[in-house]
Amino acid sequence: MQERSKADLLLELADDELFLGWRNSEWTGIAPFLEEDVAFSSIAQNEIGHARALYELAARELDTTADALAFDRQPEEYRCAPLVELRRLEWARTIARHWLYETADEIRLAALKASDDPEIAGIASKIDREETYHRLHAEMWVERLLVSEDGRARLNEAVEELWPYALGVLDDELRPELRSRIEGRLGRSLPEVEPVPRGRHEAELAELWQEMTVVRRSAPTGAQW
Amino acid sequence: MVTAEEIWAALAEIPDPEIPAISLVDLGVVKSVEVDGRRVRIEFTPTFMGCPALERMRVEMTAAVEELGAEAEIEVVLDDSWSSERISAEGREKLRTAGFAPPAPRTTEGVTLVQLERGPFRCPYCGSTDTRLENIFGPTPCRSIRYCSACRQPFEQFKTL
Repeated sequence: MQERSKADLLLELADDELFLGWRNSEWTGIAPFLEEDVAFSSIAQNEIGHARALYELAARELDTTADALAFDRQPEEYRCAPLVELRRLEWARTIARHWLYETADEIRLAALKASDDPEIAGIASKIDREETYHRLHAEMWVERLLVSEDGRARLNEAVEELWPYALGVLDDELRPELRSRIEGRLGRSLPEVEPVPRGRHEAELAELWQEMTVVRRSAPTGAQW
Repeated sequence: MVTAEEIWAALAEIPDPEIPAISLVDLGVVKSVEVDGRRVRIEFTPTFMGCPALERMRVEMTAAVEELGAEAEIEVVLDDSWSSERISAEGREKLRTAGFAPPAPRTTEGVTLVQLERGPFRCPYCGSTDTRLENIFGPTPCRSIRYCSACRQPFEQFKTL
């Protein structure tokens, strides 16, 4: 893995899971059918649970709190990959993002499980186990889309569009593995493109940040319900 | 002075906030209990990290320890030491009686789609294995939804983790 401090690594992972969790939750109530409402809501809840645990570890390193890390930073300070920031997409692109992210995340977690730091290796093993179900869900959809010509065309188009973003989730040395898995499943090659780097942000991030932090900003000392 | 046995017994009385038929001890989320004078240190392993009941469990464990006149220190263990294999035999039976199919055993290859779609999952109501996967996800992160073709009932299946 590329050199970075433990706190930076934890923040990258946490920010990815937090923003993807929010984006996935945008399907609650309006997914194409009820099972997917439930699936995307449950996946979102679990991703946000991962973000919380990761922020708690990062907070110990930085002598702050998980809430402060999740909600008190400015939009440009978040370390997430732009893939997770993109606003609710149409269904084929949502499935493509889900599949690309979960595949990239599996590759990243495999590397982190081998970390010398027992805290990093431990939390990566825990997250990886739970993510199995997210991957099975993504795989089920990929299988479903690939059986029809229309589905195959839509998935391919969506993957191609999101490909530079997907590469941006991972460090350089892990990207060939992502390429080989996605190309292998689609049975085609994907273009050589410049990855959209982590730390650069889409305009959608600021909008989402406004929504995500509104309660925190209106009641800085803690909201009473 | 409180003993570890008394603490374990008190924790075994706390129902899981989401599935009250089973206790926290049956669920296997209490990894260890250490007593040092008035201080009680509990290692707590979450089931799924997205579980909305985690905070509730901490609060209830703290209250149970305080009721015995001791001070609780709950340490959340963030690794993969909890697995569905940690649910006790008694806990599995309680789940079944309450209408939740207990988790299938964890195999070395982990969970696969083929296993979820074709595996012999038993209906907790009628015992038939003629059941099918309806949704990998359910009302909480730890459950899936299946349908029993024999008694025509949907049921909740505890996930294998």
